[in-house]
Amino acid sequence: MIFIPHRGGKVIVFTFALAMVLTIAPLPESLHAYRPDWVGLVLIYWCFALPERVGVFSGWLAGLLLDVLTSGLLGQHALALCLVAYLTIKIHQQVRVFPLWQQALAVLILLAVHQLVLLWTNSVIGRPGPGLIFWIAPLIGAAIWPLIYSLLRALRHGFSVR
Amino acid sequence: MLTRGNAIKQIFTQGPALTVRLVILSLLSLTLMTVDHRYHHLNPLREGLSALVYPFKLLVDLPRATSGWFKESLASRHSLQEENASLHTKQLMLQTQLQKLESLEAENLRLRALLDASFDVGKQQMLIAELMAVDLDPYRHQIQINKGSLDNLYEGQPLVDSKGIMGQLVQVGPFTATAMLITDPGHAIPVQVNRSGLRTIALGTGTTERLELPHIPNNADIRVGDLLTTSGLGGRFPSGYPVAEVIKIEQDPGQDFSFITAKPRALLNRSREVLLIWPTENRLAIEADTLTEDNTQADTSQ
Repeated sequence: MIFIPHRGGKVIVFTFALAMVLTIAPLPESLHAYRPDWVGLVLIYWCFALPERVGVFSGWLAGLLLDVLTSGLLGQHALALCLVAYLTIKIHQQVRVFPLWQQALAVLILLAVHQLVLLWTNSVIGRPGPGLIFWIAPLIGAAIWPLIYSLLRALRHGFSVR
Repeated sequence: MLTRGNAIKQIFTQGPALTVRLVILSLLSLTLMTVDHRYHHLNPLREGLSALVYPFKLLVDLPRATSGWFKESLASRHSLQEENASLHTKQLMLQTQLQKLESLEAENLRLRALLDASFDVGKQQMLIAELMAVDLDPYRHQIQINKGSLDNLYEGQPLVDSKGIMGQLVQVGPFTATAMLITDPGHAIPVQVNRSGLRTIALGTGTTERLELPHIPNNADIRVGDLLTTSGLGGRFPSGYPVAEVIKIEQDPGQDFSFITAKPRALLNRSREVLLIWPTENRLAIEADTLTEDNTQADTSQ
């Protein structure tokens, strides 16, 4: 049995931390709806790249921290992100070999699922949805996926995270 | 089997285990959400985790904090002198007005004593907190302030700015606290029309510049321009603070109630500094602190 030790856990944690900082960085109020789901994007990348290291539990933990960070309902992002991680790992073998723009389509669907879970939990606790603008964020997330992918890939190779 | 490599391991080790993990974590999240939404048992967990994520908030707030620090330390002597002078003038003006207020207060007390009504005009303890430049859940009206339970803040504490009531604290961590603004769709505040004494409730609408007053009959004594103040009936907000001003009254003879909107007095999306107040009922908790302060003052005066 070939055993390759894990390396670069700090890099993974750092990217998640950066995504969280970007999530709460102040933006003008009119741009709030356009903020892509940074943590979701980072999670999807690591689940594509290292599915045996970053998975459902990492997604759940990141989501829980995000809930505390944004003072939202505890467990809301946790549920959404662990579902995203699960779906990503399920499809990673097919999607990993796609060209970037086709990957972006898959990412769009994953982010839309994330948004759907948030919408669902919000409506269960009786919070009115903001309307169609709610669906802009996944579109923007998918649009910047090639950029995120290249950046994180460079980071992963630079620090030889495996 | 012995030569099974890393690649094969990646393909076959995530079978049912992954799904099982998903199901367990989903159930855990659902439980967390239910408990968090219905009861308040999770506050210790939230407090602990909020201390853990405090560095993130500090980091995000850093540009604002440092720019403020630079502005202060690099300001020229001249501009500081000017600011000082203007503050002096303002202080003098306020002092004069305060004198008038004190005499009015005394008069009010005397009149109330004549009417045999009790009225407590105790000076309220206050604390200034600063807003942190942190974006929270975009679909709620919440703000983050840089004081927490270490400064004796408590859940449900009222928050005001120089113009009026802003909201109340909903989560208090050790170093930071989250406040819900009066315009949050989940917020309601008991108010009173200052002119006529009509009592009602002002509901948040989710729009920053608008509150709604439901269930006011068409013949009620309320006009555009009326000031709404806190009535103090909920026990949460002290009475007599300005909340909002009525800006629109729509009356439809076919409807039982008029549709009334009001505009919050407080600068909800512009204030940088907020005041936390301790209504008199909650003073017991912080009495110890005030006592020690009084002692030190007494010491220095001797």
